[in-house]
Amino acid sequence: MEKKKPKNVFVEGAISSEFIGTSIAKHQTKTSIGAHNIFLGQVRADEIDGKVITGIDYTAYEEMANQKFHEIREATFERFDLTCMHIYHSLGKVQAGEICLFVFVSSPKRKVVFEALEFVVEAIKADVPVFGKEIFEDQTHQWKQNG
Amino acid sequence: MQLTIKYFGMLAEATTISEEQLQIDACSVSELLKKLKNQHPKLNDKDFKVAINQQLVDNQYVINNEAEVALLPPFAGG
Repeated sequence: MEKKKPKNVFVEGAISSEFIGTSIAKHQTKTSIGAHNIFLGQVRADEIDGKVITGIDYTAYEEMANQKFHEIREATFERFDLTCMHIYHSLGKVQAGEICLFVFVSSPKRKVVFEALEFVVEAIKADVPVFGKEIFEDQTHQWKQNG
Repeated sequence: MQLTIKYFGMLAEATTISEEQLQIDACSVSELLKKLKNQHPKLNDKDFKVAINQQLVDNQYVINNEAEVALLPPFAGG
C-alpha cells in the first residue's frame, strides 16, 4: 500500500458545532456507510481548591503529534473495518464548555464503530504529545495530565 | 555534534525557553539529561519523557549524531 504523509490534525481554537455538522453532512454521498460514531471532548470547568478552570491553552510537539495521529489511524484501519475516519484536535485557547477533540469513525456496521472509537480516543490520550495549561478565573494555571 | 533541545508545556515554563542548541560529544540520554538539569535546575523535580527525532527513547539510548531532542511532560490531549 502507498505510504501517505501525515495529515495536520490540529485546528486553532475550539471546534465549532457548525464544523462538526458540516463534517457529518459531507458523508451523505458515502452510501456504503451504515453507522457513524462520534467522540467530542469538551473542556470541563473543574473546581480545584476553590478555583474554577475557565479554559485550557493547548500546545503540542506538532510534527511528532501528527506522526502519532497518523500511526493511530493506520493501526485503527488495520484492526477495524472502517470506511473512513477523521480526527481534529484544538491548539491554543479553548474555553470551558467548548469542544477540543472531535473523532469521527464510519463503517458499514454499527458494532465496529463502537469499538473503533474507543480504541482511537484511548490511543490519542496515551500516545500523542499534546500539552494543556488549565487556566483559572484569577489567571493562575496548572498543567493538565491524562490519567 | 550539534543537538537541538526542545522543551514543551511545563518544561518550557520551567526553563523559560522552548528551544536551545547544544554542542556535545556522543553521549547517552541520561548523560545529556544530567547536563540539562545542571543548566536548568528546575527540571530536577519534573516528570518527562525524551524523544529523539520524534521517537521516544529510554535513558540508555546513545546519541551519536546531530538530532532533535524533545523533553515531553505528561500528555494531556483530548
